[in-house]
Amino acid sequence: MKALKSPFFWLILALTALFAFYPRLGNNITLRETLVLSAVYIILASNLNLMIGYTGYVNFGSIVFFGLGGYFTLWLVGAHGWNVYAAVLFAGFITSLLAMALGFGILRLRGAYFALATIGVNEAVKDFVSNFDTWGGSEGIFLPFTTYKAMGGAGKALWTVYLLIILVMGISLLLSWYVKRSKFGLGLFAIREDEDAAIVLGVKAPKYKALIYSLSAFLPAVAGGLYFFKNGSVVPEEAFNLHLSIESIVMVMLGGQGTVSGPAVGAFLYERLRGLLLTTPSLSNFHLVIAGVLLLLIILFAPGGLMGWLYKKWPRIREVLE
Amino acid sequence: MKSAILEVKSVTKAFGGLLAVDDVTFTMFEGEILGLIGPNGAGKTTLFNVINGVYKPTKGHIVFAGQDITGLPPYEVVNKGLSRTHQIVKPLNEMTVIENVVVGACFGSENLGLEPARRVANEVLEFIGLDKYKDELAGKLNIALKKRLEVARALAANPKLLLLDEVLAGLNPTEVGKMLDVINKIRDRGISILMIEHIMQAIMSLSNRIVVLNFGRKLAEGTPDEVANDPQVIEAYLGDPEMAKRILEEEEA
Amino acid sequence: MVEILSSVMDGLLIGLVYGLAAIGLTLIFGVMDVVNLAHGAIIALGMFFLYLFFGAGLHPYLALLPVAVLGFIFGVIVYQIAVRKIISGPPLMSLLATFAVSMIIIGVGTALWSTSPYNINFKVTTYNFFGYTVTSARLVSAVAAVLVTFGLYYFLYRTVLGKAVRAVANNREAAELMGIPSQQILAITFGIGTMLAMLSGALIATLFPFTILSGGVYELKSFVASVLGGLGNPTGALFGGIILGLIEGSVAPFIQVSWTNVIEFVIFVGILLFFPTGLFGGRK
Ligand SMILES: Nc1ncnc2c1ncn2[C@@H]1O[C@H](COP(=O)(O)OP(=O)(O)OP(=O)(O)O)[C@@H](O)[C@H]1O
Ligand SMILES: [Mg+2]
Repeated sequence: MKALKSPFFWLILALTALFAFYPRLGNNITLRETLVLSAVYIILASNLNLMIGYTGYVNFGSIVFFGLGGYFTLWLVGAHGWNVYAAVLFAGFITSLLAMALGFGILRLRGAYFALATIGVNEAVKDFVSNFDTWGGSEGIFLPFTTYKAMGGAGKALWTVYLLIILVMGISLLLSWYVKRSKFGLGLFAIREDEDAAIVLGVKAPKYKALIYSLSAFLPAVAGGLYFFKNGSVVPEEAFNLHLSIESIVMVMLGGQGTVSGPAVGAFLYERLRGLLLTTPSLSNFHLVIAGVLLLLIILFAPGGLMGWLYKKWPRIREVLE
Repeated sequence: MKSAILEVKSVTKAFGGLLAVDDVTFTMFEGEILGLIGPNGAGKTTLFNVINGVYKPTKGHIVFAGQDITGLPPYEVVNKGLSRTHQIVKPLNEMTVIENVVVGACFGSENLGLEPARRVANEVLEFIGLDKYKDELAGKLNIALKKRLEVARALAANPKLLLLDEVLAGLNPTEVGKMLDVINKIRDRGISILMIEHIMQAIMSLSNRIVVLNFGRKLAEGTPDEVANDPQVIEAYLGDPEMAKRILEEEEA
Repeated sequence: MVEILSSVMDGLLIGLVYGLAAIGLTLIFGVMDVVNLAHGAIIALGMFFLYLFFGAGLHPYLALLPVAVLGFIFGVIVYQIAVRKIISGPPLMSLLATFAVSMIIIGVGTALWSTSPYNINFKVTTYNFFGYTVTSARLVSAVAAVLVTFGLYYFLYRTVLGKAVRAVANNREAAELMGIPSQQILAITFGIGTMLAMLSGALIATLFPFTILSGGVYELKSFVASVLGGLGNPTGALFGGIILGLIEGSVAPFIQVSWTNVIEFVIFVGILLFFPTGLFGGRK
């Protein structure tokens, strides 16, 4: 078990434990709700980084996985009486499978064409779901309050779901870390640098791309299931929010695309910043402007993001955080 | 004679109306260095692209080590033991030199895991004389080193047949000398080499045999001497002013 | 029957305006390989610029002129600040840079005008041709879209500057070797693309109520139209817009409006996959 010797492995475990238990001390629900948002952002950003940072495919519509996970889960729980654990796992698998099938198609596109197609897919799915009566059309799906009874009441259920989301966050980080150290990851990075060269060197690019696309769908789908289960409802506008999709890209860029810890750091900072801007009256009107300016500054002057900058300055840090 | 390693059978590749490769047939044998020459735009690189599967031939077949590999994607072709370099180098810029070579070893004919691939990569880098640069980013190398990196990556795949596309172009005389040494050493390892080259002296001295392409068609085939004295070949080259100039320059030198 | 024909006619007229918006998007992509994600925000800005000039007492159609000028200047500024530096980088960079611009525009717009709807109230006459009723606003917007498109073509094919734009689109390096200052040409192109987007926004504002967020819908329609026509091909984009409008018009009588979007996006992804250069061929 070489993993056990890596400081980063332990760092991930410690961080996950901190997220999991800190709000439990004193039953701090406000803190929990803040952290749950951070955790969801970290999950979205880390998994998106597998595509953008590791493979070089700019997925603008990654949120479609999150939304589908939410819908499958609430539908299975609400209309078919599944328990939430089975439902989120199933939602994760089915979304991954859909992504795999879709991936073999749209991953033939490159650059801006791929980015546009992912936007198209998200919008198509959103508009479809808005019209899909089985899933409540534009009204979405609501879970009756009684659903939580089986889990020992709403209060207890919410804590359980919170812990599960933190668990998914931990797994997301481990996945990013593991993929980067693997042969699979090496193939992905080769694709990112020059896909044609990678293919000539023997990387099975179509298979690799479809696999990573599908893999990057799994945990966000599970997280979507948990998140919307926790909310008790899901509507198309929220599930397939293109804006959040693009904000996830901002998080990835902020922290440093292609690094293991960068997207998580970026997600955490972005959530804090957004919260700060939204709750400061003088700034709340301008939170979008400030976020936009920040993004522009990163792109123009620090395209490697925070981690890229840190690693350049202090290369030693890389050994701990990668 | 030894057995055939590569058979190109009536291969044609058309881009729209243009026949970049037009009904070309030749055989190369195990352990030999076969030179592929021809004026600019003759279809040499296109033929490489057909052989290693970047393009599907419009007509014809490629047989490698007795197996029909026509239409296989490049990554399958590498797995069978046929590697190549690019005329226009394609380094994986943001990866280090050794990482580039590890990619070659990992996804080459032996399908190695990361650790053994790293060992192979180190060996190859030393063999090629790139070990000094192994932790540098590939994008930062100069052109001569990038060409050597191309060869190193291809070699790390442990091929039976290596296609070299103008690995000498753009190098100064010292660098050319070093690269020739590398090529000879590769041949000594028993790897067959099919190489495209414009530098006549080099290709004439290295190759066992030479195939000449012109406007996509095979113009001549034979030993370096036979080819050099073939009137059709001379005319083809004189018809290409740039090439004629190059030959003259070399003769002066 | 009349009902269906009317709906198709309506679709055709609005389709021309979509086409104009799509030309703005596709021109920028064709010349500099940048997918402008600020396109929607710029369209919305065009709506509000029109609103401002209208509020100052200008007739909406007269106000199109200053909107166009402002649009051009705005585009050049955006290019210089946000796009110029990353123009040769990977596509992610220009996508994100223009998206950042979009966030800034929408943020400022929301602070100024909130997200509640506005409209341009001016005198509109209604005509009736054999049972097809149409407003003067619809007719004028379609005609204006066509005129602007002709203007663009005149510029691209008959003026020296326009030819320089096409040269840069074809091969930036070769154009530079010929002594064409490519940075200036790119800035001008971005200005023109922005101008067209703003004009289309202004025309839409004469037809429907709008908010600062309205641009998003038209941005997506512009994507669909330009992909239909082949990204980078302005004529294709115009026809893409028309096709889009016709699809909307001809399915409207039969299915709920909300399904048209699904159809559009499925077509969009399908075209990207199976005809990546569009129905009329990509940029030459
Ligand atoms: N992808 C392509 N699409 C269209 N035409 C192509 C393509 N690739 C090559 N060609 C054309 O095919 C012909 C042969 O090109 P190729 O690159 O094979 O020549 P070459 O012999 O390698 O020349 P050089 O010595 O300059 O490298 C040329 O006319 C070239 O323009
Ligand atoms: Mg060539």
